[in-house]
Amino acid sequence: MNEEIIIAGFGGQGVLSMGKILAYSGVMQDMEVSWMPSYGPEMRGGTANVTVILSDSRISSPILKMYDTAIILNQQSMDKFEPFVKPGGVLIYDGNGITRHPERKDIQVYRVDAAEEAARMQSPKTFNMIVLGGYLKIKPLVSLDNVMLGLKKSLPERHHRLLPMNQAAIERGGEIIYKVEA
Amino acid sequence: MKGNEAIAEAAIRCGVDGYFGYPITPQSEVMETLMLLKPWETTGMVVLQAESEIASINMVYGGAGCGKKVMTSSSSPGVSLMQEGLTYLAGAELPCVVVNVVRGGPGLGTIQPAQSDYFQSVKGGGHGDYKLIVLAPASVQEMADFVELAFDLAFKYRNPALILSDGMIGQMMEKVELKPYKNRWTNEEIDQLHPWATTGKPAERERNIITSVELDPNAFERFNHKLQDKYRKMQEEEVRCEQFNCEDADYLLVAYGSSARICQKAMELARAKGLKVGLLRPITLFPYPTREIQALLGHVKGILSVELSEGQMVEDVRLAVDGKVKVEHFGRVGGVVHSPEEVVEALERKIIGG
Amino acid sequence: MEVSIKDIIKPENLVYQKSSLLTEKPMHYCPGCTHGVVNRLIAEVIEELGLQQETIGVTPVGCSVLLYNYIDIDWQEAAHGRAPALGTGIKRLRPDKYVFTYQGDGDLAAIGTAETIHACNRGENILMVFINNGIYGMTGGQMAPTTLEGMAASTCPFGRDPERDGNPLRMTEIVATLPGTRYVTRQAAHTAGAVRKLKKALIKGFNNQKENKGTSFIEVVSTCNSGWKMTPVQANEWMVENMFPFYPLGDIKDK
Repeated sequence: MNEEIIIAGFGGQGVLSMGKILAYSGVMQDMEVSWMPSYGPEMRGGTANVTVILSDSRISSPILKMYDTAIILNQQSMDKFEPFVKPGGVLIYDGNGITRHPERKDIQVYRVDAAEEAARMQSPKTFNMIVLGGYLKIKPLVSLDNVMLGLKKSLPERHHRLLPMNQAAIERGGEIIYKVEA
Repeated sequence: MKGNEAIAEAAIRCGVDGYFGYPITPQSEVMETLMLLKPWETTGMVVLQAESEIASINMVYGGAGCGKKVMTSSSSPGVSLMQEGLTYLAGAELPCVVVNVVRGGPGLGTIQPAQSDYFQSVKGGGHGDYKLIVLAPASVQEMADFVELAFDLAFKYRNPALILSDGMIGQMMEKVELKPYKNRWTNEEIDQLHPWATTGKPAERERNIITSVELDPNAFERFNHKLQDKYRKMQEEEVRCEQFNCEDADYLLVAYGSSARICQKAMELARAKGLKVGLLRPITLFPYPTREIQALLGHVKGILSVELSEGQMVEDVRLAVDGKVKVEHFGRVGGVVHSPEEVVEALERKIIGG
Repeated sequence: MEVSIKDIIKPENLVYQKSSLLTEKPMHYCPGCTHGVVNRLIAEVIEELGLQQETIGVTPVGCSVLLYNYIDIDWQEAAHGRAPALGTGIKRLRPDKYVFTYQGDGDLAAIGTAETIHACNRGENILMVFINNGIYGMTGGQMAPTTLEGMAASTCPFGRDPERDGNPLRMTEIVATLPGTRYVTRQAAHTAGAVRKLKKALIKGFNNQKENKGTSFIEVVSTCNSGWKMTPVQANEWMVENMFPFYPLGDIKDK
C-alpha cells in the first residue's frame, strides 16, 4: 500500500494540521509516513499545501508531481492540483467558494461541504476534521481509533477536552461526503 | 517529527554541551525546540541565542576550545557569515558541528529548499586550504542520527563537521527513532579525552593554546601538510554512501540529501519503464565517494548528477569518472524542487538519448 | 671592599621580581609600548590571586596576538573582534573558570563592536580588557575608531576629519550604560601611580567573577609611540595632554 496525498487550501483552514493528524494516524497504525509542507510566507494567509504519504514500505520522494488523492479546499488549489491527480485517482473538495468544479472524467470526484457543515455544527474549527472524516470514508486506510490517537498526539494537552467534538466532526464528515457523478 | 526538531532532540540525547544560534528560516525550529525542551534543567546543556551568526560560530569556538561538544545551526546566508569562524576552527583544529539547512541563493534568495551551497561546504568556504567533514542526511531519521555521527567524526579528527541539509529535510515530518540519553562528558573526562583543551593550566602540564596563527613560514607549511594528511586519512577511512540497484545498472543517478529521495522515486519510475537505472547516494560529501563511483564504471554507460543547483556536485562526479563515461547535470533551482518525472525525462534526454 | 651583584640581590633587598607566570619568551612589543606593562600586571594578578589553573584567557588580533607566548596559562586565540563571543562560549560552558579577554581598539570597538556590546549587554561574567591607543599598531598605524579628531594616522595622514571619518568612539561610556555591566573603568599605565590603580582594577575584574553579577570592563588608555611616531616619553606626554581630556580616567560604573 502506498497512498500519496496532497491537501491544499488557504492558510488558516487547518490544511497543515489535518495533514499532520493523518500522518500521526499512520504512525499509530505502524505505517511509514512523510509530511512535507509548503512553508514560508504562504502559511500566513495565502495558499498552503502539504504532501502526506502513507506507505507499507520505505518512502522515497516526499515531494511528488502526481497524487493518488487530492483534497482541495479553495479555487486556486483546484486550478493548481486537479491536473495532477493520477488517472483513476481521487479528488475530494469542499464546494464552498468553488466557482469552477472539477472537470476531469478519468478520476473519481467526491464532495464534502465541510465549511457549511462546520457552520451548522457551530464549530468552525472542526472544519478540517470534517474533511478528514470524508477522506477516511473514501480511503479507510487508518482506523478511527488510530486517527484519534494521532489527533491526541498532535493536539496540545490543554486542548484534549476537544477530542470528542473532533471525533464527532470526523464521523460527520464520513456521513456527508458524496460522490459527484461524472 | 520535523527534521529540524530531530536535530534538537538528537543533540540533547547525544550529550551535547552547548548550542549557540541565530534565527533564520527554514531552520529556526532547531533553537525553538531546544528552548522548549529546556535541556539545561535535565542534561545541563547550554542553549543561547547569539546576536549574529558571527557571534554564534565564535561562541562555538570558545566552547569547543574547552573540549566541549558544541554546535550551531543556520541556513545559507547565515552560514556565509560563519565562514570566517569555520576557517579559524579548522585552522585551530577544533571539533564542532554546524548544521546548514540550505535555502536558495545567491543573496537573500529564497527560503525554499536548495542544494546550492555544495561548493561552499565541500571546497572550503572560507580562506585557506582546509576541509570540513560534510554529512548529507536524506531523511528525518538521518537528521537525528548524524548529529552524533558528526560529533564522533569531529572529535576523532579534531575538525569541524557540517551537516548539509536543506529546507525540505528540515521542514518535513517523518517517523524517527531517537536514541537513549547519553551523559555529557564530565570535566574530568574531558581532561582525559582531550588533553589539548583549555581547561585551566595545572602545574604539571604545559599551557594549552588554541590558535591558528603561525608566523614562521616553514613551521606553517609543516602545519598545512599535517592538515592535508588528516584530510587524506578521512578520504581513506570515512567515505560513506548508499547504493540502490547499482549492481546491474546501465545508467546511474548520483544525488545526495533531498534530491536523492526524489531520485529514488525516479529510479523506481525508470525501472518500471524497463530502464536499468541505479542510484548512488553520497552520505559524506567530503570525503567524497570517488572510488565507489569508479567501481561502477565497468557497466555504467552514463551518469546523471541530480541536485537542486545549477551543477556543483557534478564536478566531483566528473573528477571521479575522469572522462570515461558521459556525465551530465540536472536540477531545478531557486527553490523549485524537481519532480521524479522530470528526473526520468532528463535522464532519457541527456544521457540515454544524448 | 668591592660589592658584587650577589650582595645586592638578597630577599631582604628585593623590591620587585618578575611574576613566575611570565614566561622566558622575550616580548615582541616596541620599547615604550603599554602592552608589556599590562601583560605583566595581568600575570601578577593571576599569580597573586592563585588563579593559574582557574583562568582561561582570550587573545585578539592586533599587537597582542601573541600574548599567549608571555603568560603561562591556557589561552584561546580569537578571530579579529570575536574575543567576547569566545569568552561567552568559554564562560557559559566552564562557569567554574575565570575568563578574560584582551583586545585593542580596532578589535573591540570597530570590527567587534557587536560582540562587545552584546557580551556586555548579556552581562557575561567575564573580564574584558580594552587597550585604547587610538591607532592600529600592528598593521602599521592606520586610523582606529578611537583615533582623536585631527590626529594623524596612515589612513588619515592629514588628521582625522569627523566629516569624512566620523567621530572617535567612547566605547567604555557606551558599555557603562548597559545593565549587564557591573564594573566599568578607564585607567592608564604611564606612571607608577597609574600602574597601581590599574592593578587594583584588574584584581577587581577577576574577583568580580566570583559573584556572577555581570561584566567587568577595563579600558587602558595607552600609547603607541611607534605608530604615533614619537619617543616613549613624548608619547606619554602627548597622551596626557590629548587623550585624557577626551578619554578621562576613573571609574564610570561600580555596582
